[in-house]
Formats: sequence, C-alpha cells, structure tokens
Amino acid sequence: MDDLRRRLLLPTATLWWREIVRFYRQRSRIVGALATPVLFWLLLGSGFSASFRPPGMPEGLRYSEYFFPGTIVMIVLFTAIFSTISVIEDRKEGFLQAVLVAPVSRATIVLGKILGGTTLALGQALLVLLAAPLVGIPLGVGDFLLATAVLFAIAFGLTTLGFLIAWKMESTQGFHAIMNLLLMPMWFLSGAFFPSEGAPGWLRFLMAVNPLTYGLAALRRVLYPAATSVGPGVPDMALSVAVTCGFALLSFLAARALVSRPLEAGLA
Amino acid sequence: MSTNSPAATGPILEVDGLAFAYGDHVALDGLSFSVRRGEIFGLLGPNGGGKTTLFRILATLLTPRSGTARVAGHDVVREPQAVRENIGVVFQAPSLDGKLTVRENMRHQGHLYGMSGSVLEARMDEMLDRVAMRTRENDRVDALSGGMKRRVDLAKGLMHRPALVLLDEPTTGLDPGARIDLWEHLAAARAEDGLSVLVTTHLMEDADRCDRLLIVDRGRIVALDTPEALREGVGGDVVVARTRDPRGLAEEVRRRFAEDVEVVDDTIRIRRARGHEFVPALFEAFPGRIEAVSVGKPTLEDVFIQRTGHRLWSGDEA
Repeated sequence: MDDLRRRLLLPTATLWWREIVRFYRQRSRIVGALATPVLFWLLLGSGFSASFRPPGMPEGLRYSEYFFPGTIVMIVLFTAIFSTISVIEDRKEGFLQAVLVAPVSRATIVLGKILGGTTLALGQALLVLLAAPLVGIPLGVGDFLLATAVLFAIAFGLTTLGFLIAWKMESTQGFHAIMNLLLMPMWFLSGAFFPSEGAPGWLRFLMAVNPLTYGLAALRRVLYPAATSVGPGVPDMALSVAVTCGFALLSFLAARALVSRPLEAGLA
Repeated sequence: MSTNSPAATGPILEVDGLAFAYGDHVALDGLSFSVRRGEIFGLLGPNGGGKTTLFRILATLLTPRSGTARVAGHDVVREPQAVRENIGVVFQAPSLDGKLTVRENMRHQGHLYGMSGSVLEARMDEMLDRVAMRTRENDRVDALSGGMKRRVDLAKGLMHRPALVLLDEPTTGLDPGARIDLWEHLAAARAEDGLSVLVTTHLMEDADRCDRLLIVDRGRIVALDTPEALREGVGGDVVVARTRDPRGLAEEVRRRFAEDVEVVDDTIRIRRARGHEFVPALFEAFPGRIEAVSVGKPTLEDVFIQRTGHRLWSGDEA
C-alpha cells in the first residue's frame, strides 16, 4: 500500500501538479486556449446566425446554439495541444531526461503528463459550459455532471493524441504543422462546424471515422436531450460514449508503449 | 534508497565488454572496468570519444549492443528501475524546470523518488544549504545564473542519497570559481553520504581531481590509473618550444637529437629526462627559429598524446 503511494500516486501527482503550475504561470496560454474559441464562437455564431444554415442542421436551433458544443470541444483541443507541446520543450530544456532516469514507471510519466493536460482542458471547458444558460441552453446539475464526464473522456483522448504526436517531434514548428494538418481538420470534421447530414459522401465518410465526431455527438446529446435539437445522422449515445472512451484508452496504451521503447540516439 | 543492494561490498559499478554503435559508427568498442565504492572516478576523453554514450547507457537511457553494466549489482538493461534507485544523474545541461522555483524543482524531484513530507523538506533544507542556495530557494530557476543552476541541479541529483552519482561534463561553462565550488560540494557529499562518483570530462583540471582516471578514445580504453601514476608513466620532463615552422623543426630535432617529437599546433613537444639541460642545446642548434620555450612535468594532456598520438582537443573524430 505504501509502495503504491510512493511509486505511483506521488510521482503521478507531482507530474500532474507541475503541469497545472506551469500553466498558471504562463498567462498567455490561458488567453490563447480560452479566448480564441470564445471569440470564434462570438464572431461565427452571431455572424452566421442570421444568414447561415448548413444543410442538415436541426430545425428551431440557432447557429450559435448549434456551434456551442463545438466551441467547447475546440477549447479542449487547444488546451490539450498546448499542454502536450511542452513535451518538446521539456526534452529540449533537458527536464525530461531527469524524469526518465527517475525510478518511475513509464506509464506513470505518461499518466501524470496527460492527466495534467486533461485537467487544464476540462477546467477551461467547464468555465465556458457554465455560460450555457446564457446562450439559451438550460443545464441542470445532472446534465452538467454528465457533460463533465463526457468532456473528461474527450480531453483525455485529445491530450493523449497530442502527447503521441509530440513525443518524437524535434521542434515545436513540426508540431504546429501536424496540428494544422491533422488536429484542426479533426475538429472541423467532427460535426462541430456543420452536420454530416447533407455533406458530400466522402466528407461523411471522414466524419464517420473521426473519433472526435463521437465525442462531440455525446456532448451534443447531453446538452440537447431533445432528439429534434440534435438533428439526424448524429451517432447515438451508447456508441458515442463507447468510441470516445475506447479512443482514450487505446491512445493511452499506445503512448505507454511509445514511451517504454528504449531510446536509441533520440535524446540528443 | 541505496542500502539494500545485494552487493553492498563489491564494486559500485562493473562494466564488462560494453559495446555500442550508432549505425556503422562504433561509439564503444568493448569497454571493461569497475568503479570502487567511495571512489571519484573520471572518464577523460575527447568529445565524440564515447564518454557520453557510456554515460547514457549507465543512466539507463540507452541500451548497449552487447556487454553488461551493473550498478550495485543490478544490470542496467534487465533491472533499470533498481539501477535508477541507485543512481543520481547530473546532466551536462541542468535538467530543471525554469518556470518553477528552486524549491519546487527539488520537491518535484523528491516526489519522483518516493520522498515526501517532513523527511523531504528537511533533506531539501540540507541540500540547499550545502550548495549555498537556500537564500534563493523561492526564486524561479529562469532567474538564476548558469553556475547557480548547476549547483541546484547537483543538489537535486544528490537528494535521494544515490549510491553512485553520474555527472556529465559538470564544469562546462562554469567560471573557475564556480568550478572549484562544484568540486568542493562533491567532496562534501562524498564525505557525508559516502557516495561514489563517475564524472565525464574533457578538462585536465577536472581529471586531476579524480581518484582514478579512465582515458577513452574512439570507444576504447587508452589508460586506467590514478592521475599521478599516469603522469609518472610518461616520465621525465616535457619541453615545449613555440616556432613558426613546427613540422620542419620537429623533423630536424628528430634527426639531430634522436628525440621523440610531437607537433601540437604551433609548438613541438619533446619528452626527455632533465629537460632544462636540453634547452640551451635546442637554442644553439636552431638560432632564431624558436620563439619561446617552457619546461614542465608531464600533464594528463601529455599522457593522452603519448598513448593516442593525437591531442585531446582535436576532437573531431565523432
């Protein structure tokens, strides 16, 4: 029991804590991760509301309402990305190698880092979620807790994905390139921006194989319990939760395997 | 943390036939040696000579191609966690988080090694006092000078009382005062915690402070002995003469005096007994061609030149 605390909980907690403190001390990251999506939502949501109705959007829903869950997922995505980009900095600044020579399991190192990023992403997402009633989405305590659970799973999966990408990266520039090529399209094609119903076939296929589609669907179903507000073509709750949790778990296992591989000349 | 090792009396480090290659480039070519408990053991060699590769294998960051290395009886490949418990690692560049304070960095490290609570806090006080960084403990690491960071990094690496501390070029970039400080901290740590030290360096001043010295070049062991014995092994004096034409002069000295002559930059170096008697003969033989002469005892640099035939600093064989 004491061994579990010393060897697992304490190292995980300290790695987690470091992520939180670093974030708090870099104010620009808070602005970047929170303000950008909110600004996005304000501009696009209100700009498009009057004139813009993508095909397949549920009746009786304003675009700003449709776009709200997507905004929250975008906050999660941004925060997850910026917290895992620090893996590259940690490696460059030499901090990472000290962690790697400590008697701590590789799974612990991954878990501490990812839980840190997940906490930050979840925290910021919840801040915006609290504003849901202001934009016309009534939210009870039960729904809020359910949404929190869904967002945790999304945040864990996305942070782990960011970690997987960042681990072997030499530079933060490379990470930005991947972000533009992979992560942003993932968000665009998740149903955050427009529904898959009414999209061309090839686009619908991409959306169907995109794991983030299911995370967003789960969140959408929690925020809009009425089926009519969710719209047709959105995956059902059971499937959405299963895919979202499965993706988080598989990513974590992949990250653990990646970090456990012995480093050849990788730590220059 | 280091008390329950199965081989508490044997060597702290045993390396046997260790080999490593980066692709076709052989970095370590079957190294064997051991480090005694309580010893400060130096690893001297040019950059690219295999020191850092060896360091990273011992730090469990790199898997050797063949051969074994055991720390306190634990194999670095098969029991990396047991090895990690027994080693403290101080890297060439400080491995600190600049956004955290000195104390936060120390606490983070302690937690990684399973230390916590009042035991950890007391140990942090002790270590920060020892490297004279207690007054700066609440400063962000980003705000510290390079020498201060190095001191904090050393304190951090020694905090969990490792049996063996590995230091990679610890004095690089330090001014002479800070360099002496670092060696004093290390000596104090050895006296108080009874640790063993393996330190890589390419600097003669550092090498001279070690109990024993392993000279490596191109992945092979060149020599292994105390610095004194290595120097005495060269024998006699070293006469160094500066000249405009070192190659030509070296050739003529060889012909005329049948001495062993080496050319190093703009100097020729002659090793012989009673060097001072040789100086007038040299000046008489080559009037006007010698700009300056010095006579001294052999240095570790001479040891290296004698054993490898090239300078330590030429170092581009990586």
